[in-house]
Amino acid sequence: MSNTFLVGNGAGFSGDRVDAPIPVVRSLVRRGLPAALFFETLGERTVALAQLERRRDPELGYEPMLERLLEPVLADCFRHRIPILGNFGAANPPAAARLIARLALRLGLPDLRIAVVAGDDVKDSIALDQLPVHEADGSIDTRSARLVAANAYIGAEPLIEALRQGADVVVVGRTSDPALAIAPLAHHFGWRLDDWEKLAVGAACGHLLECGSQVTGGVFWDPGFKDIPDPANIGFPIAEVTAEGGLVITKPEDTGGIVDLRTVKEQLLYELHDPAHYITPDVVLDITGCTLEQVGKDRVAVRGLRGKPAPDTLKVTASFEGSWLGEGEVSVAGPNALARARATADVLLERLRRRGLNVRARVDLIGVASVHDSDDGALWRGYEGPEPPDIRIRLAAEGSDRDAVDQAAREVLALLCCGTAGTGGARWRLTPRILTRSYLVLRERVPTSVTTRTAREIAA
Amino acid sequence: MTEMVEVPLHAVAHSRAGDKGNRSNLSLIPYDPALYPLLAEQVTEERVLDLFRHRGATRCRRYDLPLLRAFNFVVDDVLEGGVNASLNLDGHGKTHSSRLLSLTVRVPRALLGRKETGRMQP
Repeated sequence: MSNTFLVGNGAGFSGDRVDAPIPVVRSLVRRGLPAALFFETLGERTVALAQLERRRDPELGYEPMLERLLEPVLADCFRHRIPILGNFGAANPPAAARLIARLALRLGLPDLRIAVVAGDDVKDSIALDQLPVHEADGSIDTRSARLVAANAYIGAEPLIEALRQGADVVVVGRTSDPALAIAPLAHHFGWRLDDWEKLAVGAACGHLLECGSQVTGGVFWDPGFKDIPDPANIGFPIAEVTAEGGLVITKPEDTGGIVDLRTVKEQLLYELHDPAHYITPDVVLDITGCTLEQVGKDRVAVRGLRGKPAPDTLKVTASFEGSWLGEGEVSVAGPNALARARATADVLLERLRRRGLNVRARVDLIGVASVHDSDDGALWRGYEGPEPPDIRIRLAAEGSDRDAVDQAAREVLALLCCGTAGTGGARWRLTPRILTRSYLVLRERVPTSVTTRTAREIAA
Repeated sequence: MTEMVEVPLHAVAHSRAGDKGNRSNLSLIPYDPALYPLLAEQVTEERVLDLFRHRGATRCRRYDLPLLRAFNFVVDDVLEGGVNASLNLDGHGKTHSSRLLSLTVRVPRALLGRKETGRMQP
């Protein structure tokens, strides 16, 4: 057994660059060490949107870019025994497996073994109202709101079982992101699932890699301050892990981006709260003793990781049908743009009031203040800087009455004739919202199962 | 005596924002590790909370990571209900890192322009 195992990442979210896995797999093959590739494509709300998709069509509800992501790399991974793991099953892992099976047959790989992990979907098996609430956003009346999805963040155990069954592709829905890296490591090295120090290394590996390019230069580059080579071709990350728990973060040689102390620090702290207590289903990670060292070009060693026993509970995230969101935008530019934009904002709010539309609304002046502003526009109202040459006025309105929200958004459209001089470029849209709430459930209440079959068997 | 200059944090440090529910976390990492104690003294929980009070933020907690020469700020109730409820274009608050970097600090002129290249040991 080789002492070093490579873990590559092919996607950090649903919507990531679809050509990213190609150089990662090329690098894994060239290096010839035992390796695995994982895809993280399931955000907090993605599974609910996928569930809505599945309701419309029972053969959908998995990651929409799945075929595009896998097609260029599937044959190479199969031939070089590089298992692929992904939460790209989303709300419908069996349908994702059928798609992969059809793809495999088309690529001449009928013996490709595909595992489907089930058990994360607890919508019909667990009564949520009896569980303690972990965190909630918005104000949800869960007695009246319609439940769309409820999924537990399951750990590495069933994924390891899938690899034990010889799976070449492991399809899962909701799982903790680090589990996608912990599983191939624990399987390859035979790490015990109570070896907290080793699992901490696996969790850190997964945490650093699960957002793809974010550890290799993505959401990092800042021209003139933090420059990176070729940001149009950022290489997605590869981790080198040893049996003893050594961890080095790197990337494919022939790509852009950078791996240095700065990129690794930013991603290590990303979405972290208490650094001594990063909870995953498999281990609680403590990075307070962590040190980093640049050990080569685009190579950073991560040391001093500590692990504490896994929690007794798993997080379940439930999604409910929420309200409606209406958005409308128009532009003004040139002389007196700021005064026209401010007046337009006030007129929009006055229109909603006059028509008695029952919505919660805000206006942004994009180019003056928007993403940093509050709902009452404190920043753009107080703005005293130079006149911006070009301003986009955005109205956002929310409410449970679809028609009222639609009418509010259409008020922006009406500005094409009723607005200030030189108003143009109107756009508007209406979208349904999903609200989420997280609960904690005892892990024994979430049994999982694994089914592994060949592409030929699945497609038959 | 060392001459001190007032600069935005952006000139001497970098940051990344993440979200969980109605909470934002912001890392703050000086380019030059020598600036760590200075930032620890000047970039207080109170000053960071002040940056986000207009958004309804209620609490800010700073976690210090002296071995990494980095800080982690956790700001509560700053996302107007979180990504699913917010009317803000950036419901995740990913752009909050830039607001943090607009905060000013006083640093010795001699330490300005020294950047960690990534080759330095922490």
